[in-house]
Amino acid sequence: MSRRKLSRRQFVAATALTSAALVTAPYVRGAHAAGKLSIGFWDHWVPGANKASTDIVNAWKEKEKVEVTIDYIPSQGNKNLLTIAAEAQAKSGHDILAMPTWWPHAQSELLEPMNDVMEDLIKRNGEPNGTVKYLGQSKGKWLAVPASVGSQIKGPCSRIDLMKQHAGIDVQALYPAGAPPKADSWTLETFLKAAEACHKAGVPFGIGLGETSDNVDTAGAIFQSFGAALVDEKGNLTVKTDAVRQALEYYKKLISFLPPDVGAWDDASNNKWLVSGKGAMIMNPPSAWAVAKRDAPQVAEQCWTHGFPSGPKGRYAPYLAYFWGTWSFSKNKEAAKSVLRALSQPDAIEKMVVASGGYDLPCYEKLTTLKVWQEEGPPKGTLYHYPNPHNHQTLSIAAAPAPPKIAQQIYVQATLTKMCLRYHKGEPMEKVLAWAEGECEGFMRS
Amino acid sequence: MADVALQPNRSAAQTGRKRSSLHNALKRKSTVAFLMTLPLLLLIAALVIYPAFYAVHLATLNKSMQRFIGFNNFEFLFKRETFWLVVKQSCIFAITAVIFKAVLGFIIAHFVHNIPAKGQRKWRGMLLVPWVIPPAMSTLAWLWLFDPSYSAFNYTLSFFGIGPIPWTGDAMWARFSVILVNIWVGAPFFMIMYLAALKSVPEQLYEAAAIDGANWWQRIWYVTLPMMRNIIAITTLFSLIVTFANFDIVRILTAGGPLDQTHIFATWAFRIGIEGSDIPLGASVSLFMVPILAVAAIFILRDISKRGNEA
Repeated sequence: MSRRKLSRRQFVAATALTSAALVTAPYVRGAHAAGKLSIGFWDHWVPGANKASTDIVNAWKEKEKVEVTIDYIPSQGNKNLLTIAAEAQAKSGHDILAMPTWWPHAQSELLEPMNDVMEDLIKRNGEPNGTVKYLGQSKGKWLAVPASVGSQIKGPCSRIDLMKQHAGIDVQALYPAGAPPKADSWTLETFLKAAEACHKAGVPFGIGLGETSDNVDTAGAIFQSFGAALVDEKGNLTVKTDAVRQALEYYKKLISFLPPDVGAWDDASNNKWLVSGKGAMIMNPPSAWAVAKRDAPQVAEQCWTHGFPSGPKGRYAPYLAYFWGTWSFSKNKEAAKSVLRALSQPDAIEKMVVASGGYDLPCYEKLTTLKVWQEEGPPKGTLYHYPNPHNHQTLSIAAAPAPPKIAQQIYVQATLTKMCLRYHKGEPMEKVLAWAEGECEGFMRS
Repeated sequence: MADVALQPNRSAAQTGRKRSSLHNALKRKSTVAFLMTLPLLLLIAALVIYPAFYAVHLATLNKSMQRFIGFNNFEFLFKRETFWLVVKQSCIFAITAVIFKAVLGFIIAHFVHNIPAKGQRKWRGMLLVPWVIPPAMSTLAWLWLFDPSYSAFNYTLSFFGIGPIPWTGDAMWARFSVILVNIWVGAPFFMIMYLAALKSVPEQLYEAAAIDGANWWQRIWYVTLPMMRNIIAITTLFSLIVTFANFDIVRILTAGGPLDQTHIFATWAFRIGIEGSDIPLGASVSLFMVPILAVAAIFILRDISKRGNEA
């Protein structure tokens, strides 16, 4: 066995030749000539829903010759929030990152403006709803592109049979499938009477008062129905107002008709409440119904998703928006904008909504009447009113209209549900208001 | 010429001396020990010291992290009612949990110590299980036991006409629940440390005490406890630091609720810093205990070294 020895001189010559060849070689357009793009999508809880996003991105990358990597980041354990915080600190990371509700504003200084993308999308898809404008825009600048994936309305999901039997309310007649709502009588007073009746019958409404988003969202919508806000859009404190007092009085009555442990509920508690058949109503997107379809079909057959009851100042429903943002330090902003355009085309949005079983909710006005919501069942038409197709209610988010950076604190610290619990537990009204005012003052620090 | 002739010799002598001093240094135990611990020191520097200084840096910035504001974040915190609630709760949580872990660990260690050597290994293994399972996983199981609506404990208690108990829905019960789980997770650590200490107490001391007519309590008080003092001090200090910094148990069981009444430093720092996007304030919350724990550590460690010197 012979072994050829490489002399030092030969090694230097070979290295120099190789380097020269590499430097002077002609540029050949390869399969990924347009660069690389990394995307961090939200990991959808619906099995198989991620595939729709992957397929759309794959089709785009074949056309544009871009090398794409996709990470699906779960929201369990706030992994997505940790990723956002880490990338913002490191000034490095995904070119596109899914950001829930408040995070475009929280990271506004580090996000690439999306006005050019949004102009095209609005022309094609129609105006986005007010909540998305509130959460996604700052001083006329679009901070991120609204994502249909993950966006949702947390409206009432009622048991048709129990509501009829115990509260004498036919939710299908109030919100008929395929037709506009006939829900003038569906007010907060009716809602309270129904809550009392169902509580007496042993199937109370499952409305949480914990510190997670489902709980806060419901409180937010009810406060807004009374015109109650803790901080107004200019950043002034509006805690000690009659509207806030009325909302608290209402909640105090409502809590006495809810399960005794609602103060400890998280986002899974209401889902379990519905699926177990213990309650007549919860406030949730159709995820609970989808789980019931799999685990308790007899419950799912009796579920009807519909609009919020109206209060003295209107009918409000919580809309939880997701966005796709691009960091200003992203290395391939043009490719990022291009794929965001592809993901926001009507056919792409429909594909993603179908893959999620109707859970995802686009914010654009022309895309709230997709077939999937008309056809999903059982019972057929159960999701017809989920996307607010007749603009019957104002979509909003708890703590609005406060400036988003203050509202985020009110929302995350669950100030609204804490106020309700404190008042219900016997703390005097003025003490509760003073506590909330102190908290809000703290949230205003810049 | 002479210089030229002498130069190589001198440099050879110097090289030789250098080589021999390097050789001597390498032969010294302390050098070898230092070299062997160097990878760990580097790891600690990268994963502990750097992040700690970075946290200090973050705590001196304003909310948008664009301006240096000195101690303003701490000043702001001192004016917040919730912050003092968190301080109070962290102290209740850590001190109660450490006391119970120490007492339980001490009692169990005695039981295990008195089991014949043959069966002792099995008991030691079984008793260590809560400490070995990742707390995030075991706390999830506890969460199901304490579930507000479907608690397995409440289901069992209902057969005796007791309950339902709001394990995580009432401030008092929620504090009890998080402390209980922390004790369950941490007591085996005390048990194993105390067991090791018990095994090192010379049997002759007990024999001498017995001859002097000491009863069971006097043997514990005058022999066992003094012999275990250093281990008790170190385990208590270590556990106090770890319990003050606990995150997973509270986060999973109550997430700080109800009404913030189970928040401790780490969970509140996470709520403010990550969920509330106010990283500088979150960093300030998490750093608040550092000076207090550092002083405690200095006193306890000084006491231990004093006793060591006396011995």
